Amino acid sequence: MNKSLRWKLILILAVTATAVYAFYPPREKIRLGLDLKGGVHLVLRAHTDDALRLETETTAERLRQQLRERTITVGSAQLVDATSFRVDGVPPDKDAEFRRVADDETAAAFNRASGVNAYTFTLRDPVALQLRREAVRQALQTIERRVNELGVAEPIVAEHGSAGDQILVQLPGVTDVQRAKDIIRSTAVLELKLVEDGPAASREALLATRNNQMPPDMDVVPGTSELNAPGARPETVYYLVRKAAVVRGNDLRNARPTLDSNNQPAVNFQLNREGARKFSAATGENVGRRLAIILDGRVQSAPEIRNRIDTDGIIEGSFTNQEVSDLALKLRSGALPISLTYLEERTVGPSLGADSIRAGIVASVGGMVLVALFILLYYKLTGINAIVSVLMNLVILLGFMAYIGATMTLPGVAGFILTIGMGVDSNVLIFERIKEELAAGKGLRAAVAAGFDRVFLTILDTHVASLIAAAFLFQFGTGPIRGFATTLFFGLLSNVFTAVFVSRTLFELVLSRRSVAKLSI
Amino acid sequence: MQIFTNVNYNFIRWRWHALALSTVVVLAGIMAILTTGLPLGIDFSGGTVIIVKFEKRVEEQAVLNALASVPGEKIVQRYGDPQDNERLIRLPELVTEQGASLEQGARAVLERLRAADLGNFEVRSTEIVGPVIGRDLQYKGLLATLASVVGITAYIAIRFRFSFAVGAIVATLHDIFVTVAFLKFFNYELSLNIVAAILTITGYSVNDTIVIFDRVRENLRSMRRDALEQVVNTSVNQTLGRTIITAGTTFLSVLSLYLFGGEVLEGFAFTMLVGIVSGTYSTIFIASAIAILLSQRRKDAQGQAVQATADRQRKKRA
Repeated sequence: MNKSLRWKLILILAVTATAVYAFYPPREKIRLGLDLKGGVHLVLRAHTDDALRLETETTAERLRQQLRERTITVGSAQLVDATSFRVDGVPPDKDAEFRRVADDETAAAFNRASGVNAYTFTLRDPVALQLRREAVRQALQTIERRVNELGVAEPIVAEHGSAGDQILVQLPGVTDVQRAKDIIRSTAVLELKLVEDGPAASREALLATRNNQMPPDMDVVPGTSELNAPGARPETVYYLVRKAAVVRGNDLRNARPTLDSNNQPAVNFQLNREGARKFSAATGENVGRRLAIILDGRVQSAPEIRNRIDTDGIIEGSFTNQEVSDLALKLRSGALPISLTYLEERTVGPSLGADSIRAGIVASVGGMVLVALFILLYYKLTGINAIVSVLMNLVILLGFMAYIGATMTLPGVAGFILTIGMGVDSNVLIFERIKEELAAGKGLRAAVAAGFDRVFLTILDTHVASLIAAAFLFQFGTGPIRGFATTLFFGLLSNVFTAVFVSRTLFELVLSRRSVAKLSI
Repeated sequence: MQIFTNVNYNFIRWRWHALALSTVVVLAGIMAILTTGLPLGIDFSGGTVIIVKFEKRVEEQAVLNALASVPGEKIVQRYGDPQDNERLIRLPELVTEQGASLEQGARAVLERLRAADLGNFEVRSTEIVGPVIGRDLQYKGLLATLASVVGITAYIAIRFRFSFAVGAIVATLHDIFVTVAFLKFFNYELSLNIVAAILTITGYSVNDTIVIFDRVRENLRSMRRDALEQVVNTSVNQTLGRTIITAGTTFLSVLSLYLFGGEVLEGFAFTMLVGIVSGTYSTIFIASAIAILLSQRRKDAQGQAVQATADRQRKKRA
């Protein structure tokens, strides 16, 4: 055997060995998509307008406070939409001063437009864009924390889609989908606010004592009645609370499940240093008052402050153990800065995943067997050449996918099977050409050489077209289809190697024995 | 073994018949779609699909009765092997995003099934697609298909000549239309997987077209005296063996997928099967026909130009 042939064989064996090493054992080395492993795929829309509204509201509120301090009385300062607010009734003599104060407060982020005794402040576009991006980033981080706490292995939490407001969450192996969705989506905003009045049966009843007008620094929040008549439906009651919260969710250091004084499940929360300071001051000054514990805009409970409390608090309610555990989880991970709605949900149960894997393997083997029989029948012994190069193609493909950590999905298996069929195409091209050359009278080795040389460009051409299609498929698809595009793409690429190099080397190996005078083709 | 040795079928003679047949199939498909609509799976139209496996045999009507109080349209179908007792429950109604949550249809269905007296069941999979995503995917799917066709045609125009590229486009579009027509005839709805198969076919169908064009290009150099029609016909015949066999092997491998690959990939496999057959057919008859047609005009013009030059030279000598 001549030297170059030996090196070629060694190269082929080395590549094969590396590939096998990369993907063996397949159970550990090959990443499976959700459709083969089971799990849930979720797409959420992040309502980034919430973040803009919050910024606008907060700025408007701060401006109101500044104006109050400087005793500039205006008619009203109202929100127009998520990105702008309007100040009416600016006294003409205080106009210049107003503008100065307003600019101090808003110029950095807002554009000011003048009207008749009124000014409209609109959030600047680049600022709005920045806020949106920031909100999505924060939401991603919070969701990631929650998903990690759920204990999911290899979750995916990522931005999705081209509009910049969609989030993709993939949780392999999750079976309690509803719980996972609740945990991800819940805004989990915790606020503690001092109660001025309540509980009352309706908003009107509360406001009746204040001339039916809502005081500017207060708010009405719904809650559930604390009357625990057994079997009675919980009724909604209303509390009048101070708008400014004493303590918020991000003042929390920790939250964990515990039992309240009635041995019912509850959540114990601990405050960080700054939070503890605020809490201690507020509780110390307001002994005898009630403190509303508000979760996602609903009053959970409103216990009376008996004495100054420093660091700990307890959230009671009619919770189950699971609810308490989940609530503690949400509080620990922090509040979501924006609300989320689900746009898409796909779940695959684990039994279906296993069945799909089995079906995929059977179909692959079946395809390989059918094609092999056909090739052997038509090309006789030379067909073995084709079979070997196709098998090697599959091995290299698997090895490569395991190496780059590509995910194998069910359509990916289909791509695998397609590669078998299309891979043989190249071999057929070569064999047919060799037959032609032989028929034209060329010698054995010359015919083989001519076959490969003439056909190489054609092989490239046919692959490029399918590669282009695979590339667009990758662009178009998510998840499973991407898996298909990946297997197809790399399968075609490695096919060029096996069909040309490996196949030719095999021919050379067979023909290197001088005794071979005729080709079984 | 050798089939197709020294064949010389006159494919070109049949090209008008072939074009006619294709036109009939495509028109029939378009008519069917125009009258009863293109069947869109929930991937594109939005909706809910739940696949449930019952422990014991359950009739579709029984399931429908259990779900009677679930609002909106409900469809229950058999799914998979009969002995698996799987049922596909579909809620085509779109869920509006305000207030209503995406999964309330699915939740209602599962509640009713649990409450009804249908025995134990297992949820094999659920798919809930909101309208936003559905529209998004429609757009992306169409764009990807168009882009793929354009990309591939550009490649052929560069590697061969423009008239060949037009032939390839027509053949590819033909394959897409024929495939969609067959999907409609056999009641498959467009899903993500099926659109992926259609995209794959655009790449695949061009494969044998390229091989034939390659041979044509080679033969044009060696068969200078023959008319283009003859050259093309010869090329097709020469590559016939290869065309049929590769179509055959790809067909066999996809057949294995269709038979053994399970329910999820059935639509994909069927699409590929139709696409492979249509692709081979379109390459042999249609791509070559169009290529001849377009080249013919240029050849005529060239012929006239050559004739004109020859006439002038004769006049000079005279």
